[in-house]
Amino acid sequence: MLWGFCATAVLTTCLAASQGLGLSRISMPLILGAALTADRRRANLYGFALHMANGWLFAVLYALVFESLHRATWWLGAILGLAQALFILAVVMPLLPYVHRRMASEDYGPNPTSQLEPPGFLALNYGRHTPAATILAHLLYGAILGAFYTLSA
Amino acid sequence: MPSDLIPAYAPICDYALIGDCRTAALVSRWGSVDFLCLPRFDSPAVFAALLDARRGGRFFARPVGELRVRRRYLDRTNVLETTFETAAGVLRLTDAMSVAGEAERRGELLPEHELLRCLECVAGEVEVEVGCDPRPEWGVAGTAPAPRDRRALGVTWEHGNQLLMLRSEVPVAAGAGPSGHPGHPGQSPLPGLPGRQGVYGRETLRAGDRRFLSLASATAEPGVFVPLGDAAARRMERSVRWWEQWVAACVYLGPHPEAVVRSLLTLKLLTYSPSGAVIAAPTTSLPEAIGGSRNWDYRYCWLRDASWTLTAFFDLGFREEGQAFFSWLLYATRMRTAAPAGHRWTPRLRILNVVYDVHGEVRLPERPLPWLEGYAGSRPVRVGNGAVEQLQLDIFGEVAQAAFEYVERGGTLDASEGRLLRQLGETVRALWREPDDGIWEKRSGRRHHTYSKAMCWVALDKLLLLHDRGAIALSAAEASAFCRDREALRHAVETEGFNQRLGTYVDVFGGDEVDASLLLLGLRGWDDPAHSPRLAATLAAVRGRLERNGLLYRYPPGADGIPGGEAAFGICSFWLAELLALAGRVEEALAQFERVLAYANDLGLFAEEIDPQTGAALGNFPQAFTHVGLISAALAITAATGRARRPNAPAAGAKGVRL
Repeated sequence: MLWGFCATAVLTTCLAASQGLGLSRISMPLILGAALTADRRRANLYGFALHMANGWLFAVLYALVFESLHRATWWLGAILGLAQALFILAVVMPLLPYVHRRMASEDYGPNPTSQLEPPGFLALNYGRHTPAATILAHLLYGAILGAFYTLSA
Repeated sequence: MPSDLIPAYAPICDYALIGDCRTAALVSRWGSVDFLCLPRFDSPAVFAALLDARRGGRFFARPVGELRVRRRYLDRTNVLETTFETAAGVLRLTDAMSVAGEAERRGELLPEHELLRCLECVAGEVEVEVGCDPRPEWGVAGTAPAPRDRRALGVTWEHGNQLLMLRSEVPVAAGAGPSGHPGHPGQSPLPGLPGRQGVYGRETLRAGDRRFLSLASATAEPGVFVPLGDAAARRMERSVRWWEQWVAACVYLGPHPEAVVRSLLTLKLLTYSPSGAVIAAPTTSLPEAIGGSRNWDYRYCWLRDASWTLTAFFDLGFREEGQAFFSWLLYATRMRTAAPAGHRWTPRLRILNVVYDVHGEVRLPERPLPWLEGYAGSRPVRVGNGAVEQLQLDIFGEVAQAAFEYVERGGTLDASEGRLLRQLGETVRALWREPDDGIWEKRSGRRHHTYSKAMCWVALDKLLLLHDRGAIALSAAEASAFCRDREALRHAVETEGFNQRLGTYVDVFGGDEVDASLLLLGLRGWDDPAHSPRLAATLAAVRGRLERNGLLYRYPPGADGIPGGEAAFGICSFWLAELLALAGRVEEALAQFERVLAYANDLGLFAEEIDPQTGAALGNFPQAFTHVGLISAALAITAATGRARRPNAPAAGAKGVRL
C-alpha cells in the first residue's frame, strides 16, 4: 500500500515537473477529470484523485506479476513500467478520443461538449518530449514498486 | 485608405484594448492585433508587431482594398466593434477576449485564453483577408514555430509548453499572403526567417454572411479547441453580457460619466484577477518620444498611485475589486523584498520596492531585446524593470494612505496587517532623513525630494489616525515617536521644502524649481488647498512653469538625466483639475478636466503622455494611472460641486464621498 502510494506520487510529480519545465503539456489529472466534469478546477481535483487511485490499482497488478514470477527487483519493476508506458502511449492515448466524452477528434472537430485536445500517437500532440517524460515516470514507478515490494512467503 | 497602404506603425492612439483580466491585446484601427502577451500581462509576447512590424507577428482581419474605418466599444463593455466601409460594402469586425462568470465556467470546458473575432458583412459585398502569424518569445530568431494543420481542429503553433490554436471560418492555409508576408502587406519576408510560419486566407462575404475566428492558447496543459458558429456567437454574447453586468455596479453620477466608465472599464482590463493587482499598462517600450530611448516596460504594478486606485474602485461602487487590490498591496509589501541600492533588507526595516509583478515578485531583471527595432525605430525595446535599485520614500505614504482609505470605507485590518503597517512606520522613521530617487524615478541621483518627505509625513499621520480609530495598535512609545517624527517632517518640509524667495514649495530641499508632484501636497492632506496661500502660490508656479495647452509636464523637460525629451504627463494634468476642485475653483476644475478629456483617443483611452503641440499619445498605452487620475478628478469635481451647492459641507472627504 505504502509503496504503491509513493510510486504513484513520484510518477505524478515527474509528469507535473515535465509540465512545469516546459517539456510536455500532458496533464493526466485534467484528462481524467474532464471525463467527469467540464469545470476545469474540479476536473483537475477529481482527476488527481482518480490518477492516484489508478496508481494504487496498478500497484496491485504489479504485485500480482511479482508474485507470479516469484521475483521482485527494481529492474523487473522498471521493465513492467516501460511496458505499461509504451502500451499507454501507443495504444491507449490514440484511442482516447473515442471513449472520452470531452475529447475532440481531428477527424470531427470540436463541438460544445468535446473540446479537449486529443493526445495522438505517443501523446506527441502534447509536446515532443511527452513520450520520454511518460516513459521516465513509469520507469521510476515500476522500479520503486519492484525495489520495495516484499514477496509473500 | 487602401489596405496595402496601412502604415507599418499606426499612431499609438489608433489602438484599442481588449482583454480578459489576465492578459490584454492591442488592436489597431485596421483590424490587426499587434500586441498580445500570453499567458499573462508580463509574459513574452506572441504578437509584437507594435514593436517590430516585420519580426513581431500579428493577427489581422480586414477588407481588401480602399476602406474607411470607424470604431467604438459596444456600450459599457470592453468588446470592440470596428466598421470598415469599402466601395462595395460594409464589414463589421467585433473583437473580444472571452470572459465568463464563475457559474458559466463551471458548466463548460473553456480554453485558458481566447481571442474571439467576428466578421459580419452588413451591406453589399466585401472581400476580406485574414492572417495570423504568431511569433512566440518576442519573435526571437529561431523560435517562429511552423503552423500545423490539425484538420477539423484548425491550425496550431507549438512553442515550448505553449500551444496556440487557430480556428477560422474563413479558409486559411499555411504560407504568406499575396504580398509575400502574412502579416505585413507590401513587405517581403524577413531575411533569415521563414516567411511561411503564418496562415493567410481570403473570402468574399455578402450581406448577412458572418465568419468567426478564434485564437485560443494553452500553457502546460492539453489545449481546449472551441467550436465556432452559434457556439462562438454565444461566447461573444456572454462576454458582452459579462462586461455589462460588471459595470452595472457603477454608482458615479458626476460629469462626463462616459469618460469615467471607460476609465473604469480600462482599469478593470488592467487588473490581474487572480491576485487583484493593477498593472500600469499592458505594453512595453512604447516611446515617450518617437525614435527616443525612453522606452520602459510598464507591465508591472507600481505602488505610486495605490491609494487612488483603491479609492477609484471603492468610490465607484466596486468594493470587491478595491478589497482585492488592497489585499494584493499588503501581500506584495509583506513579502521579503529586494532592498534598494545602499540598503539591506531586515525584518524590522521593511523597505518597500517601487515596482512589483502581479504576484508581488520584485526581481524583474531589465534587459533589452536587440532583435526588435522598436516602435517606429524607438530602440531599445526593454523587458523587465530596473527600478528595484531605486529608493522612493513617497510610497510609504501611499500604502499608509491606502490602508487609511480602506478602513474609512469599512475595511478592517487583521493583526498581521497592523504589524506590517507599524513596521512601515518604523521604517519611515529610520529612513526619512535620507535622500531618495523621488516619485519620477529620475536617474540623476538621490536628492531630498519635498514630495517624498511630505509623503513620509502622510505615512506617520495616517498611521496615527488608524491608531486613534483602533484599526491598528501602537504602543505609547511608538505613538509618541511617530508624533515626534511627524512634527519634524512638517518642520523640514515647511522650512527646507519651501523657497521663501519664490514663495512656493520646491521640488527638492533648498531648490528653486517646481515639479508637478507638488500639486499632490494639496491632494494628500498636507494642507487645505482652499485656504493655504503656500499651496495656492505653488499651484500658480506649477502652472506657469509646466503647463502647455492645458497639459502639464511632470517636471521641466530635460531635468531627469536621461537623453531625449518627453511630452506632458497625463495624470499630472488631471491632478491639476482635482486640486482646483479641492481649492473650491469648481468651474476652473471642470474646464481643466474637459480640456484634458479632449486629448483622449476616439475610444476614450489615454496613454502615459500627451504631446501638447500635436495632441499625440506617447508612452505605454493605455495607462492605468492616467485613467485613475481621470476618475479621481471626476470624483473630486463631483464632490466639490456638491459642496458648492451646500456651502457648509466640510472640505475633507472629497474623495470619500459616496455618490
